[in-house]
Amino acid sequence: MIRELHEKIQSGEMKAADLVWARFALIAGRDGNLHAFLSTREAEALREAEAIDAAVAAGETIDLLAGIPGAVKDNIVMANERTTAGSKILDKYVSPYDATVVTKLKAAQAIIIGKTNLDEFALGSSTELSAYGPTKNPIDDTRVPGGTSGGSAVAVAADMAAFALGSDTGGSIRQPAAFCGVYGLKPTYGRVSRSGLIASASSLDQIGVLANSTEDVAIVLSRIAGEDVFDGTASVRPVPRYEDLLTGDIKGKKIGVPDEYFTDKLDAKMKAAAFAALDVFKSLGAEIVFISLPHSHLALPIYYIVQPSELSSNLSRFDGIRYGLSVNDQEDSLERTSTLLETYLDTRKVGLGPEAKRRIMLGTYALSAGYYDAFYKKALAVRALLRQDFQKAFETVDVIFSPTTPEVAFKLGAKTDNPLQMYFSDIYTVTANLVGVPAMSFPIGTIAEDGVALPIGGQFMGRWFEEETILNLVHAFEQAGKRVSL
Amino acid sequence: MLSADEVKHIATLARIGLTDTEVTHFQKDLSAVIDWFGELKDVDVTGAPAETSMAPESNRAAADVDVLSGEAAQILENAPGKKDQYFKVKSVF
Repeated sequence: MIRELHEKIQSGEMKAADLVWARFALIAGRDGNLHAFLSTREAEALREAEAIDAAVAAGETIDLLAGIPGAVKDNIVMANERTTAGSKILDKYVSPYDATVVTKLKAAQAIIIGKTNLDEFALGSSTELSAYGPTKNPIDDTRVPGGTSGGSAVAVAADMAAFALGSDTGGSIRQPAAFCGVYGLKPTYGRVSRSGLIASASSLDQIGVLANSTEDVAIVLSRIAGEDVFDGTASVRPVPRYEDLLTGDIKGKKIGVPDEYFTDKLDAKMKAAAFAALDVFKSLGAEIVFISLPHSHLALPIYYIVQPSELSSNLSRFDGIRYGLSVNDQEDSLERTSTLLETYLDTRKVGLGPEAKRRIMLGTYALSAGYYDAFYKKALAVRALLRQDFQKAFETVDVIFSPTTPEVAFKLGAKTDNPLQMYFSDIYTVTANLVGVPAMSFPIGTIAEDGVALPIGGQFMGRWFEEETILNLVHAFEQAGKRVSL
Repeated sequence: MLSADEVKHIATLARIGLTDTEVTHFQKDLSAVIDWFGELKDVDVTGAPAETSMAPESNRAAADVDVLSGEAAQILENAPGKKDQYFKVKSVF
């Protein structure tokens, strides 16, 4: 855990350089199989860690995050480092600048040890759709780690990094956190700057944290959140030291349980585990309130109109002109018929994977003349109804609880041929992005399958900008140490 | 189901070249998802504004001052084709 590591580094009991070196040793041992990382920065990381050790030796007081090894999802840019977003179209892209979250991690002197694998352009739910090959679940390497921040979740779960940044457009932090048995927070839209995050869907994307404890998530969030001149949607609200607000006192907190999330379709064991977790919260003094979010069943269709629409616009920048791959089959044509349009068509034909193509075309269709009103505009209006559901619910409850996923980590290859089935993996998670609220997945227990105890996650969604309420509830549950094994 | 011509039209609008196999594949694939969109058709949205963002705070504008980033050379390093300080592109026609 970060605080213990910090105390050892600060007291001189442990060298930051040794801590970082040990993580690279773990990566060397395990990551050939797991494939959480797309790139690592051994030399730079060790040099940065040695500087921390020198500062400690000189008697300086260092930040909680100083010298702590972390990983960053490879759709978040870092100056002079390769950033691929899991796509061949950016295979050789080297960023000229730091994402704001990277600038902030550097300011806290955290050590970024490498960039983690993801589904291409953060489109997917399993990290199988990376152009650089899948990441595997460390608990059972025949299963997916979830996605799209699968590399970040595995890096943390396998202890290759003490924390990792991910991005979450429809569940991409929370679903892999649940599948890998770690903590994952998607903050409120606007809590963390998106500058330097390769955009998937601009009204849904949010950078967040994956780690091995609630406090670790809080420590990192405190340091990456806040306003930013490079992101007009980043909120100017002051950022609390979230780690100082983890009192563990949750007496009287009202936990909403929506009927729509606990239908007969939900797996019986998953339901049992969720209610076992609710019993723990009850025993800690929280109150359970049954509520209704009547438009819940429409969240996925809304999401799969809004997300591809925004994506189709955002990915138009990958055109073979300014960066990345450039292909023009007519290059050497004697007739000189080669045009700009052919560069666009050929580059994107070769450089984009099937899911990126599928979503760009879905979005293009939903935004095209004749369909814009029926699909895109209609989806936005229904999205507003969904937000009204949440506004109403938050008049009576402090948070809303559900499982993070409808099932445990599935087998590699189980859903790659069926996009719709893959989309249903996000049924509990997309809503938080659509309405912009903070949401966190936390380990509530395990369900045994084929003799392996597979982690399952519970999810809290909270009021806009009330991350501390969620964190404190999850912290109380973590401290109680009562996870269920089914 | 979308016709092959419809898929080709969408692909051209999206600036994506497709093989014939991909066209057939996407006819089926895209149609399945678009059919699913139909679930929204009968929802009554009276009084629901079609907002593009759910952000609780409105966008802030940056100060209107020019800033030299000094990154032009580095940005051009990533360009597949360049000449002097310019991106090189194919002819439009």
